[in-house]
Amino acid sequence: MDGDINATAPGTTPPDSDPARKRRVHGMLKLYYGLNEEGKTVDQAESMDPCDINGPHFDPEVYLNKLRRECSLGELMDQETCMVKQIRSLDSDMQTLVYENYNKFISATDTIRKMKNDFKKMEDEMDCLSTNMASITDFSARISGTLQDQHAQITKLSGVHTLLRKLQFLFELPARLNKCLELQAYAQAVSSHRRARCVLQQYSHMPSFRGIQDDCHAIMDKLAQELRQKFRDGGSSAKDLSECVELLLQLDEPAEELCDKFLSHAQSRLEADLLGLEAELRPPLSSGPTAVTDPYTGPARRLSVEPTAGSPTGPSSLNNPFLSPSSRTDILEFIDRGCNEFVSSLCLVIASYQELFVNRPQEGELASKNIPQMAIGKLHAFVDALATRYFSLVERRIQEEKSVGDNSLLVRALDRFHRRLQAVAKLLPGSAVPSQGTEIVVRAARERIKQYLAALQSFYLNSLTDVRQALAAPRLGGSSAGGGSHLGGSATGKDAPASLPELLSTLSASILNQIKSVLASVHLFTAKDITFSNKPYFKGEFCSHGVRESLVVNFIMFVCQSSRQFCESAGDRGGSTPPALLLLLSRLCLDYETSTITYILTLTDEQFLVQHHSPVTAVTALCGEAREAAQKLLNHYVKVQGLIISQMLRKSVETRDWVNTIEPRNVRAVMKRVVEDTTSIDVQVGLLYEEGVRKAHSSDSSKRTFSVYSSSRQQTRYAPSYTPSAPMDTNLLSNIHKLFSERVEIFSPVEFNKVSVLTGIIKISLKTFLECVRLRTFGRYGLQQIQVDCHYLQMYLWRFVSDENLVHFLLDEIVGSTAHRCLDPAPMEQSVIEVICERG
Amino acid sequence: MYQLYFVLQARALTSQTAESDAIRFLVGTQSLKFDNQIHIIDFDDENNIISKSVLQHQAGEIWHISASPADKAVLTTCYNKTSESRVVTCGAVWRMPPEWESGSHESPDDPHNSHNPQNLELLCHLDNSSHGNASCVLWEPMGDGKHVISLADNHALLWDLTESSTQATISSSATLEGKGQLKFTAGKWSPHHNCTQLATANDTAIRGWDLRTMSQIYCIENAHGQLVRDLDFNPNKQYYLASCGDDCKVKFWDVRNINEPVKTLEEHSHWWAPVLRCRHTRTGHKHTHTHTAWPARSLGRIKQPPMAED
Repeated sequence: MDGDINATAPGTTPPDSDPARKRRVHGMLKLYYGLNEEGKTVDQAESMDPCDINGPHFDPEVYLNKLRRECSLGELMDQETCMVKQIRSLDSDMQTLVYENYNKFISATDTIRKMKNDFKKMEDEMDCLSTNMASITDFSARISGTLQDQHAQITKLSGVHTLLRKLQFLFELPARLNKCLELQAYAQAVSSHRRARCVLQQYSHMPSFRGIQDDCHAIMDKLAQELRQKFRDGGSSAKDLSECVELLLQLDEPAEELCDKFLSHAQSRLEADLLGLEAELRPPLSSGPTAVTDPYTGPARRLSVEPTAGSPTGPSSLNNPFLSPSSRTDILEFIDRGCNEFVSSLCLVIASYQELFVNRPQEGELASKNIPQMAIGKLHAFVDALATRYFSLVERRIQEEKSVGDNSLLVRALDRFHRRLQAVAKLLPGSAVPSQGTEIVVRAARERIKQYLAALQSFYLNSLTDVRQALAAPRLGGSSAGGGSHLGGSATGKDAPASLPELLSTLSASILNQIKSVLASVHLFTAKDITFSNKPYFKGEFCSHGVRESLVVNFIMFVCQSSRQFCESAGDRGGSTPPALLLLLSRLCLDYETSTITYILTLTDEQFLVQHHSPVTAVTALCGEAREAAQKLLNHYVKVQGLIISQMLRKSVETRDWVNTIEPRNVRAVMKRVVEDTTSIDVQVGLLYEEGVRKAHSSDSSKRTFSVYSSSRQQTRYAPSYTPSAPMDTNLLSNIHKLFSERVEIFSPVEFNKVSVLTGIIKISLKTFLECVRLRTFGRYGLQQIQVDCHYLQMYLWRFVSDENLVHFLLDEIVGSTAHRCLDPAPMEQSVIEVICERG
Repeated sequence: MYQLYFVLQARALTSQTAESDAIRFLVGTQSLKFDNQIHIIDFDDENNIISKSVLQHQAGEIWHISASPADKAVLTTCYNKTSESRVVTCGAVWRMPPEWESGSHESPDDPHNSHNPQNLELLCHLDNSSHGNASCVLWEPMGDGKHVISLADNHALLWDLTESSTQATISSSATLEGKGQLKFTAGKWSPHHNCTQLATANDTAIRGWDLRTMSQIYCIENAHGQLVRDLDFNPNKQYYLASCGDDCKVKFWDVRNINEPVKTLEEHSHWWAPVLRCRHTRTGHKHTHTHTAWPARSLGRIKQPPMAED
C-alpha cells in the first residue's frame, strides 16, 4: 500500500515513460471497467485482502474500520489527503488515455481512404507497359529474320580464306625449309616443319600432299644429319650445342641416344685429361741423357718431390746430382692440373648436360617420356665412373707423397681438391662424388699422421744413434751430424756436445721441437680456411683419435717402449748399449714423466681443441708408463755397471792362486780400478741425477777397522781377537747374527738419485766379490791380501752409498768368509793394513 | 725345513735317486778344518719327522755330490784335496757301509759326541789329473750305474765303471775350446733322448752336448747376465731346461728356440744366486705330476719358491 502510494504520488512522471506504471494504470482501468479476466490469476493472492485498496475484493467498510482502529487522527488526516490526491491523479490519467485513443482512430481512417485512391492509378500504368513490350518483341523478330543469310556467307568465306593460307604454307614449305637450311636457321625450319607435320600426315593419301611430305622429309633428314654432324663435332659452343640438342629432340630423335652420344663425346675429352694426369704419375722413362746412366734416378726422384722442404743439403740431392727438380710436378701442381682440367671440364659437362636434358622446360609429348629421370641416371653413372678413375689417380699420387717435409703443400692440394669437388656437389646434388672425395681427404690425413709418427720414431732413433756416437767418440765432435736431419735438420749433430747434460738437453729439445713442428704441420689440416676442416672427422676424430692418440700418445709410448727394449734385448744378451745411454734415457723418461708429457699433451689439446668423444689415454697413464721406463732403465744401468765391476772382481778372485800367494805389500791394482770406475760412475750419474739422501756418517768412516770374524761390531767383545780355540763360537754367533740382521736386497729397484744408484752398483759388486771368495780356498797371505783389499775399498766406497753400514756389512762378510775359507787364518795387524792402504 | 749345524757349511745336496721307498737326501759338508761328513737325511712325510745319519768323508770338503741311480749305496763326490799348499778338486765313487742304516743315528743335540761315524768305502777315483779340477760328477739318469760324466775345468769326460764300480776308464771326452780360461761350472745329464744329451754351464753360457759324438749341439750365449750357477731338465718335457744365475734370475728355456727364454723369474732380489739351486724335484714318491723349481740356499735352508712351473 505504501509502495503504491509512493509510486503514484509524484504524479510528475509522464504516464508513458514507465511501462510498469503504464500497465498498472491500464490494470486499474480494467478493474474499473470490470475487465479483470486477464489479470485474475496474477492478482489472485494479493487481491484476496479486503484491505487492499487496489485489490478486487476491497471492502471499504473493513478498510475504514481498520484505519479507524489503527490510526491516530493525524494519520487519518494524512491518509485522507493522500487518498484524495490519488483519486485525482487517476481521474486525470483516465481522461488522457481516452483522448489519445480517439486521435489515433481518426488518423487511421484518413490513411485508408488515401490508399484506395493511389491503387487505382497504378493499375492504369501497368496496362500501358505491357502493350509497349509486345510491340518491341515484334520488331526484333523481324530484324533478325532479314540479317540471317548474309552472316552465314561471311563465316564460310573466312573459313575458306584460312584454309587457303594453310595450303599456301604447305606448298611453300619445302622451299622455305631449303632456304632455312641454306641459312642454317635450323630452329625456324624445325618449328615450320613441326607445324605442318600433322596436316601432312593426315592428308598423306592425297598425291599432292604426299609429294610435299616427301620433300619435307628429305629436307628434314638432311637437316637432322647436319645437326647430328654439328653435335658430333662438338667444337661448337655450349649454346649451339644445346640448341642442337633441343632441335634434335624436337625432331623425335631418341633422347637416350642423344644422352649417350653427348656423354660419350664428353667422356673422350675427360679421358684425355685423365690420361694426362696418369702420365704425370708414371715415372718418365728417361729424363735426360745423364739419367740413363744413373741407377738412382728412378727411386730417388720421389725424395725430391718438394723443392721447398728440408735443407738444401738433403741426402737425396747429394746422392743424385743429376736429378733435375722439374722432372716431377709436386702434388699441388698435380691436383691443380686435375682440378683445372678434369674437374672443371666435368663441371662444364654436368652443367651443360643438365641444361640440355634435365632442366629443359618440358612441353608436349616430350614431357611424357620422363627424360629428366633417365638423363640424371645416366649422368650419375657417367660422373661416378669418371670420378672413380680420377680418385684412384689422386690417391695414387697422394700415396706417393711420402716425404713429410712440407705438409702445407699437401694440405693445400687436398683443400683445393676438396674445394673443387664442392662444385660438383652443387651441380649434382645427391652424388656420391663429394663424399668420396672427403673420404680420400680423410684417408690422406690418416696416412699423413701415420707417416708423421713413423718420421718421429725414426727421428728419435736417429737422435739416439747420434747420442750413441757422441758418447762413443766424445772428442770427435761434429762427425756425428747428418743421420738425424730428417725433418729440416736435427740440432744434435751440429756441435756434438760431449757432456751428458748437454746431450740430454739437446736430445730432449730436439725431440720436443720435432713434436712441435709435426703438430704445427698436422695443425694445417684443421686450419679455418681449409674447406674440409669443418667436416666432422676433422673436428672430432682427427683431433682426438688421430693427432692426440695416434700421433702424440703413440710416440710417447714408442719412446717408453724403445727405451724398455734397451733393457730387455741388450740386457743379458750382448749388452751393446753403452751404460751412459741407459742413464741418459732414464733421465729423459723421468723428465717426460715429471713435465714433458703433460706439456706436450696440453699443447696438443690446446692447439687442436680436442673434444674427447671416445675415452683417450690419460696423462697419468702415460706418465706412469714413462716412470716405469725410467725406473727400468735406471735399474738396468745399475745392473750393467754392477756387472762390469763384478766381472773385474770375479776375474781377480778366480784367476789367482790364493793358497800360494805372497805376503801383501800393496793393494791389488784391480781394487784401485774398482774405486776409479766407481768414482767415474759417480761423476757420470751426478751429471744427470741429484745427490739424494744418505744416512749420517760417522766421524771418520775410512778409519774404521774390521772385525775379521764377525759381521757386526757388537760381537767384538766375544771375539776381540782371533784365537784358534774359539772359532766355533764366533762362527755360530755370526751365523745367528746373520739370521736376524736385515737381509741385503741386492737387485732391489733404485731410486732416482745418485746415492741410490751408486749404492745399488756397489751392492752388486761387493756381493759378487763375496760369492767368489766363498768358492775359493785361501792361504794365510791370501786372507791378508783380502783384508788389505777390503780395507782399501772401505776407505773409498763409503762415501758413495746411502748407508755406509751396508758397505761395512758386506766387506765384513767378505773378510769373514775369506777367513772361513782360509787354511791358516792368521789375520794381518790392523795398523799394517792401514799403512799399506795409505801407501796406495 | 731341515737345518744343518752352523759349524758345518754345506754346498752339495742330492736326493738318493735309487731309493724308491723313502724320501732321502744326501748332503756333503764343507769344512777346511774338520773332517767332512756326508749326512743322510730321511724325511718321513707322513709323520713329518726328519732323521739323519752321518758318514765320514775324510778325503776333503765336498763341493758336489750325486747318488747312483742304480745302487742306493753308491755315490760320487767332488772334493777338495789340499796337499803341499795346493788345492786340487777330485772326483771319486764311494760306497756307503751297509750298516749305516742299522743305528748310527745321531742325536742332533750332540754333534760331537764320542760316537764314531762310519767311513765311506772308496770304490775308485775318477782320476783326471791331466784334465784339471772336477767341478761335478753326473750319473747317467735311470741308467744301470755304469756311466758317469765328470766335468773338469774345460773337459767333459765320460767314464765307464765296472760292475763293482771299482774301476773307471775314460771312454770318451769333449773339450770346450775358446779364448780365456774356460771352466765348466755346472752340468746336467738329460734324462731324455735315451740319455744322449748333456747340458753344461760355463760363465754366462749354457751348452748342449751330444754324447754319441761328444760334440756341441747348441749354445745359449749370455743365458744370464752373470755366472750361471746351476741348471736342470724338466723330467717330463724333453726340451725344457731351467737355469739360475748370479743375476738373481731363474730362466726356463726351450732348447729348440734358444734366442729367448720361455720364462724368466726375477723376483729374488734378496736371494742371491750363488745360494740358489735349481732343481726339478720330484715331490717324494707319490708320483704326482707337479714339478717344482726349487731355489735352495746352500747354507742348508730351502725356500718355497714363489711360483712353480711344469
